Amino acid sequence: MSTQQPGSLPSKPPFWNDPAVRATVFQVIALAAVLAVGGYLFHNTQVNLANRGIASGFGFLDQTAGFGIVQHLIPYTETDSYGRVFWVGLLNTLLVAALGILFATLLGFVLGVARLSKNWLIAKIALVYIELFRNIPLLLQIFFWYFGVLRHLPAARDSVNVGDVIFLNIRGLYIPRPVFGDAFLFVVIAFFAAIAGTVFLARWAHRRQAETGQPFHTFWVGLGILVGVPLLTFFLSGMPLSWEVPKLTGFNFRGGMVMIPELASLLVALTIYTAAFIAEIVRSGILAVSHGQTEAAHALGLQHGPTLRLVIIPQAMRVIIPPLTSQYLNVTKNSTLAAAIGYPDLVGLFAGTTLNQTGQAIETISITMAVYLAISLLISTLMNWYNKRKSLVER
Amino acid sequence: METKTTFTPHPELPPPANTVGAVGWLRANLFSSPANSLLTLFALYLLWLLLPPALEWLLFKATWSGTTRADCAPGGACWVFIKMRFGQFMYGFFPEPERWRVNLAWILAVLGILPLLGKRNPLRLPAAVFMLFVYPLIAFVLFSGGFGLAPVETSQWGGLMLTLVIAVVGIAGALPGGILLALGRRSKMPVIKTICVTFIEFWRGVPLITVLFMSSVMLPLFLPEGMSFDKLLRALIGVILFQSAYMAEVVRGGLQAIPKGQYEAADALGLSYPKAMGLVILPQALKLVIPGIVNTLIALFKDTSLVIIIGLFDLLNSIHAATVDPNWLGMSTEGYVFAALMFWLFCFGMSQYSQWLERRLHTGHKR
Repeated sequence: MSTQQPGSLPSKPPFWNDPAVRATVFQVIALAAVLAVGGYLFHNTQVNLANRGIASGFGFLDQTAGFGIVQHLIPYTETDSYGRVFWVGLLNTLLVAALGILFATLLGFVLGVARLSKNWLIAKIALVYIELFRNIPLLLQIFFWYFGVLRHLPAARDSVNVGDVIFLNIRGLYIPRPVFGDAFLFVVIAFFAAIAGTVFLARWAHRRQAETGQPFHTFWVGLGILVGVPLLTFFLSGMPLSWEVPKLTGFNFRGGMVMIPELASLLVALTIYTAAFIAEIVRSGILAVSHGQTEAAHALGLQHGPTLRLVIIPQAMRVIIPPLTSQYLNVTKNSTLAAAIGYPDLVGLFAGTTLNQTGQAIETISITMAVYLAISLLISTLMNWYNKRKSLVER
Repeated sequence: METKTTFTPHPELPPPANTVGAVGWLRANLFSSPANSLLTLFALYLLWLLLPPALEWLLFKATWSGTTRADCAPGGACWVFIKMRFGQFMYGFFPEPERWRVNLAWILAVLGILPLLGKRNPLRLPAAVFMLFVYPLIAFVLFSGGFGLAPVETSQWGGLMLTLVIAVVGIAGALPGGILLALGRRSKMPVIKTICVTFIEFWRGVPLITVLFMSSVMLPLFLPEGMSFDKLLRALIGVILFQSAYMAEVVRGGLQAIPKGQYEAADALGLSYPKAMGLVILPQALKLVIPGIVNTLIALFKDTSLVIIIGLFDLLNSIHAATVDPNWLGMSTEGYVFAALMFWLFCFGMSQYSQWLERRLHTGHKR
């Protein structure tokens, strides 16, 4: 059949069957298609904007916003610009995300451990909690807490009163505000000094244990330094801290700090919802460490505490951390549901109110999306770096 | 001296603690140590605080029959509210004489899906063909009218029906896009890989609310003059784009789980890329990721509630709107409990199915 002479090279395939040529052609086509679609959309947008008389650009950021915001972490008045509104919204988003992450992690770890408890009742309660709350949409839970529970709180005059310092009513939870004296600076300095001291101590203890095998109670001594030194400075500098207690004047409370009901319901719902997911992550992480590891650690003579601290937890964390980070990202993204109950977060203030007032749809939505995208990319980059560092080193 | 050895029996030991039966179970599982006993008692106390009032409100003191708010007894739930508004919660503003069409569509869907859920049976292939190619057309006609049926605007769709439509269309639309994106992400061609990675990471990085905002505010600007979509379609486009990025990551997980030998074997047989993927890799990969797809569907089902932001009346928004009706003020808790029950039933059912599948599909590659 073959007509080829022995020793001669096999004939080259025709150029359209050459994988390299094909790859180039496909990529050029794909790139051209993407550019064409992008250009088409851009052109349409230009035409539409011109027809509607909307000037694109970011000049609106310097205009006066003219609306009030119920919660702002940085000074803000109605005469401030939209650019300021952006920062207020971003900080509010970060606040609720940070608090939500903190509480959800605590509750989630407790639930995850409870789910594995040898106590049948505790394990079943944790199971019911997890299956109940992770199968109900977060938005529904937020609505429930906001419209179903917190809207039924009493008016300011009939507040729930805890010892004349804490008040709970439909406008929020009022707590005393700390007022720092000038000398409080010393306490702050002492606290940072204590942190530095503890780090130094931990290094020294680690080195000593490596050399002599003598363990040192770093945790308890460190805790003592961290709490004791600032506390001592606080008393020595004459207790430079006083409390501003909220007071009912007219129909509303003045002074103190307030946690608005929008923040409270958002936080409660985010915590309860995310904790159910974190609990499952923790459970699977702990189960992923095989029982042989525990037995091996016991065989080496490690006691229960060190076994947990030095053998089980480091290995479980390797499994837990990646999905945990994606849950943290979810908390950040889910905090946008704030817009539905009027908590002034980035989406509500910027993609909502600002967009409605200025009509700059493309600019506001792009900025909002870019912020969330930046947060996501930042966290996933950190995550990849961490994973690389902690992953098993195999041959 | 002579010692006499006599047999003096030890005093009898008490019998070992009971390890079987109810008492044994209690001892092992609830009272194994003092700390555990305390924990058990604490949990029991919590349950005693929580359960009796909840059950009383939900069931024992609740009002089940009547037609108005005045029929409801105080101190208990008023399920009359749910009963009177049930039609609105299920169908939204779908005209009442036409609601049989929605029911028929769901019955057909259930009949079509049932043969697909179980183990192999002869009905599988025809059912799959029906659900993939025929059913979408039938459902579309039933919902929106035509062929002698009265037309119904999408703005009249609502309630559970709309929730299901968004979830099902979202997932069905996202699957093909997700597969293509996943294949593109694993491609060796740098341009195609970059395009796919950028697309996936962009949509995964932004919250769904901003996507919905974008599709309702920015999409009209992208379209040529005079062309416009209705609100539902705009929301669906946003959901599909968003969900296809998540689907791509699910499918990529399946592609990575297929051993390299399979790819090499397909190449060795001389199969072209489409054939190798379509006949060898994807059938195995997709089988592996069915549980992942169901999980994505669950997440999407819960996320459909966000369409409230752009003013569509899904299940949650229908109920939310009904709670502010002046005739039924103060019924928000009943409304939300009902909504929670509906969502929970669907999500829990799907997650149980996905877990069952996961156990059943543990055949090939798991070592």
